[in-house]
Amino acid sequence: MENAKNILEVRNLEINFNTYAGTVRAIRNVSFDLRRGETLAIVGESGSGKSVTTRAIMGLLANNAVVANGTIEYDGKDLLKQSNRQMEKIRSVDIAEIFQDPMTSLDPTMKIGKQIAEPLIVHKGVKPDKAREAALKMMEAVGITNAQERINDYPHQFSGGMRQRIVIAIALINHPDILIADEPTTALDVTIQAQILNLMRRLQNMINTSIIFITHDLGVVAGMADRVAVMYAGKIVEYGKADEIFYNPKHPYTWGLLESMPTLDTDAEYLPSIPGTPPDLLNPPVGDAFAPRNKYALEVDLKAEPPFFEVSPTHFAATWLLDPRAPQINPPEIIVQRQQKYENERQQLINADRLNHHSAEEDL
Amino acid sequence: MAKYLLKRLFYLLLTLFIVITITFFLMKLLPGTPLNNQAKLSKSQIAVIYQQYGLDKPVWQQYLSYLGNILHGNFGTSFQFSDQPVSYLISSRIGASLQLGFQAIIVGVPIGTLIGAIGAVKKNTWVDTTTTIISILGISIPSFVLAVLFQYFFGVKLHWFPIANWGSFIFTVLPTLALAVSPLAESARFMRTEMVDVMNSDYIELAKAKGLTKIGIIYHHALRNSLIPLLTVVGPLAVGIMTGSMVVENIFSIPGIGELFVKSVLTNDYPTIMGLTIVYSVMLMVVLLITDIIYSLVDPRIRLTDKG
Repeated sequence: MENAKNILEVRNLEINFNTYAGTVRAIRNVSFDLRRGETLAIVGESGSGKSVTTRAIMGLLANNAVVANGTIEYDGKDLLKQSNRQMEKIRSVDIAEIFQDPMTSLDPTMKIGKQIAEPLIVHKGVKPDKAREAALKMMEAVGITNAQERINDYPHQFSGGMRQRIVIAIALINHPDILIADEPTTALDVTIQAQILNLMRRLQNMINTSIIFITHDLGVVAGMADRVAVMYAGKIVEYGKADEIFYNPKHPYTWGLLESMPTLDTDAEYLPSIPGTPPDLLNPPVGDAFAPRNKYALEVDLKAEPPFFEVSPTHFAATWLLDPRAPQINPPEIIVQRQQKYENERQQLINADRLNHHSAEEDL
Repeated sequence: MAKYLLKRLFYLLLTLFIVITITFFLMKLLPGTPLNNQAKLSKSQIAVIYQQYGLDKPVWQQYLSYLGNILHGNFGTSFQFSDQPVSYLISSRIGASLQLGFQAIIVGVPIGTLIGAIGAVKKNTWVDTTTTIISILGISIPSFVLAVLFQYFFGVKLHWFPIANWGSFIFTVLPTLALAVSPLAESARFMRTEMVDVMNSDYIELAKAKGLTKIGIIYHHALRNSLIPLLTVVGPLAVGIMTGSMVVENIFSIPGIGELFVKSVLTNDYPTIMGLTIVYSVMLMVVLLITDIIYSLVDPRIRLTDKG
């Protein structure tokens, strides 16, 4: 996976919004890569710029957005330089997106079969009856039972989970290289969430698509992502492989996020939270934007923005705590515990593997 | 469906009964009598006429006998047009009114819808401002003011159309235009609001993500979803034109029921007032029923059931 080719490269992206109050600096120098076939999770609070980043990739930024700097390279093209016409041809065919609320993302007065077939007809010039067959296959692939009978139903005849399956079918019918999933399970209840996540994993393998998974829910990330980027106040503050972020996080913000994630084995007496609110991006603070909420903040955090420090060749974090001159600080208790637990589990897994030669894949 | 229609028919009759009752007693509260303008009549002559028409009896008796009569299909005879049956009076005049109303809707609603849709698509540009101004003017200027202006410019000045009267199609042009402005403005305003809403909805966002062109999005997703709610206002708008056309019919001397209504109220022509009230009520209720039926046909989310 590490040597897999980058399919999307975002470099030094800066996006501002012109508002009546002034210029909101929503995305501040964001760079990341997406590799073929991988799932990259972008995690962060509301307003951290996750969605704006994906909107920029889709070429669907709001009218008052200004791309101040940066490139988004896909297939040798800078998506930010494409005309609207050119982007129309890229959407759905190369890059597709699914949204947060399946209850409102389907056209209420169009039969779902037609909605699923529409991208095929529009982009590939497929004849309606052929497109219908493809839609039927796609409906079966996303697990809609009795697809044959339901193809002529309207969205209101489906439950939320089923509608999200339909949205996924629409997004994947053209077998895009990249699927952007913007909080696709946030509006669903937990049992349905798990089904949808499973489905996405299965389809990802089937059509070999890369996924950018936007979420504020680290619990969802755990089972989905190969790599994770943590965003805060319009910047990526830490990124690495999912295991590295979960079990060896380095940025205090990531610690905060992980601490405030309830797990089955935490004592549920008290759930920590990150104090304060994200900074006002009209006037982003000098230095580390997270410093005012960070109990581990150093003096330098208020003066200069931390660069990325390498934790491992795949894991980077932007915090002065990683500077050799910084005092040695231990992560919160919960994080340390989890690191140990993970280590134990890994050992058990290795032992179990030796015993019965079963690959973990098979159970999926 | 049949059960639903029966139920609606029952409610229609019930509503009609209530309308008749209220109108009957309100009408009796009007100042004056049907013989207001007949100063030459002596008291005894008046008494004879009153007796002849049953106007000497207590109001509740008149009400009961009126109900009895309409159950037998007898709407009485007009006071102002000597001994003409109300049913004939209305049926001979309703054609002109229906034609005008129909033409006004056919002209006004499609143009208004188009203007509203353009305004929504070009939201917050000068185009949008222009369309908004058009609809605000259309709503705030009364149709009779426009009627007179049209008469003056297109009739008196330009000689394009006859100033008044009723005859061939050419006579209907000016009154139709005067009447069409209000549905045009109303539907433009409604369509704009509705379509701005739709264009901001998540499924339009998904349509964009599908890579549809702007035209494709509007044609395949936005128009249909904004047109469906428009249906709910077109029906009442049509009836509004019919009742609102009273003054316009007067201005253009058109022998329609609007003009008849005005005259009947002025002369206390009780049977004609009642007859026209019934006609207008039935029209409104039937239009609403038809709207509901059409709505259930075009909007998959709505199905007519016996419940509710």
